[in-house]
Amino acid sequence: MNFWNDPINFVSVWLRSLFSGWGMADWLVNVLLAVMGIVVLIICAMVLDIMLVWVERKVVARFQDRFGPNRVGPFGLIQPFADIIKLLIKEDITPVGADRIIFNLAPILAMTAVLLLWAILPLGSVIYGVDLNVGVLYIIATGAIGTLSIIMAGWASNNKFALIGAFRTVAQMVSYEIPMLVAMLIPTILAGTMSVNGIVHAQNVWFVILSPIGVLIFIISAIAELGRSPFDLNEAESEIVAGFHIEYTGMKFGMFYASELLHTFTFGGFIATLFFGGWRGPYAEIYPLLGVFYFFIKAMFFYWVIMWVKYSMPRIRIDHMLAFNWKFLTPLAFVLLIVTALVDKVLAQTNFHATGMLLANIIVGWVTIEILRIHARGLRKKDEIPAKPSTQAAHHQPLRGEK
Amino acid sequence: MQNEWIYIGLFMLVGVIIPIGAIAVAWLLGPRKPNPVKQSTYECGIETVGESWIQFKAQYYIFALVYLIFDVETVFLFPWAVALGKLPLFAVLEGVLFILILIAGLIFVWRKGALEWV
Repeated sequence: MNFWNDPINFVSVWLRSLFSGWGMADWLVNVLLAVMGIVVLIICAMVLDIMLVWVERKVVARFQDRFGPNRVGPFGLIQPFADIIKLLIKEDITPVGADRIIFNLAPILAMTAVLLLWAILPLGSVIYGVDLNVGVLYIIATGAIGTLSIIMAGWASNNKFALIGAFRTVAQMVSYEIPMLVAMLIPTILAGTMSVNGIVHAQNVWFVILSPIGVLIFIISAIAELGRSPFDLNEAESEIVAGFHIEYTGMKFGMFYASELLHTFTFGGFIATLFFGGWRGPYAEIYPLLGVFYFFIKAMFFYWVIMWVKYSMPRIRIDHMLAFNWKFLTPLAFVLLIVTALVDKVLAQTNFHATGMLLANIIVGWVTIEILRIHARGLRKKDEIPAKPSTQAAHHQPLRGEK
Repeated sequence: MQNEWIYIGLFMLVGVIIPIGAIAVAWLLGPRKPNPVKQSTYECGIETVGESWIQFKAQYYIFALVYLIFDVETVFLFPWAVALGKLPLFAVLEGVLFILILIAGLIFVWRKGALEWV
């Protein structure tokens, strides 16, 4: 066994022999090793988070034809550290009448919810925190903790804007969880397991080829779950100032901000894991660190896609947002689930599995577009008929004083 | 199996301690000069009228109810999805029937007008 084939095991065997040599009990060594691994993983996540702040600011600047941070250090790379120092030395204000315990608990919980996702994120073939056999359900469960933290923040702030933001969050995140759950059922069906690493192992053919529509549904509902634009109704700046985190200052606000960015990256990672082969790539099985590299490339790509959507789309209205979910995404997701299950069952043992799945998806997509076209045509007709006489009347209306 | 959940528990512990640490450091470093104006509720400079914890639109409640039904029933689908490869065709069709009943529920809610934002 050498370091490059199995880095984590290599280090853990070495540390275990070291600690046992010091005369520690077995269970203590196990706990100590686990905690060390966790701390390393979380610190990696936090450092990545700091860099994501820089990436976010630099990319949004490019989208808006600006330079972005470019003064502090080369390419402004030191800028996020300057931001952190600023956040650290700001005054911590708690508004009058706020529910102090919940108010302080909310930012902590927001960060914890995101970090918990890293426990099961498979970074490489042997590099992951833990391989839960209910991984997919775990993703949903931790996502719910994130939603809870936003509701707590909005409720405890004793501010009407914050409360409105929290209500909107409930309506939005709760709604978009349904298509996300169903989209996650598709890789589960195809892989036959809920374990996230198991799903990666099953992807000899990337699941995006077997279920392109599932990927689209997952990405859209993931953006909504993250509360990023065009679904950022919970913090809509132009309507409710800053939404749920309006009363937060300093590091507490920083926690919300950092958790949002890290959440986005983590979901980029899950899109890559569930549909785009995760850490898989040439030689990734033999050299796990290469797998980590592939994983980060893919996750960063989807992080960038989510940013691209964020900075090119206007915010949608709340009724449109809910209608889009309940009248379009949810029925489509369920229909796709039925089609996937049946086609997978019928073609599982044959050579046409991948082709059949792709074909089924294309048919579902085509039928959806046709239904939408017919529906839109109907809507346009409904608009036209009453519109015609009124415009003519307006056109022929004589001016006052005119005979 | 048990070890995995102990690991998650440890992860949660460390994951709570690190943000608490960050906020605690900020609390130690930051100035503390509270005054009534600074601590008042921020509503763009206008003074708050009445209670902040107001009644909310009943529509949110209806959406939450619809969600609850779907969420609980989708969780039932996960075991079916995992075992799909080993199930006989009949069991798969039963699962499909279950989803169809779910969709019928969605259509019912739709026709009742609960999905309209009024």
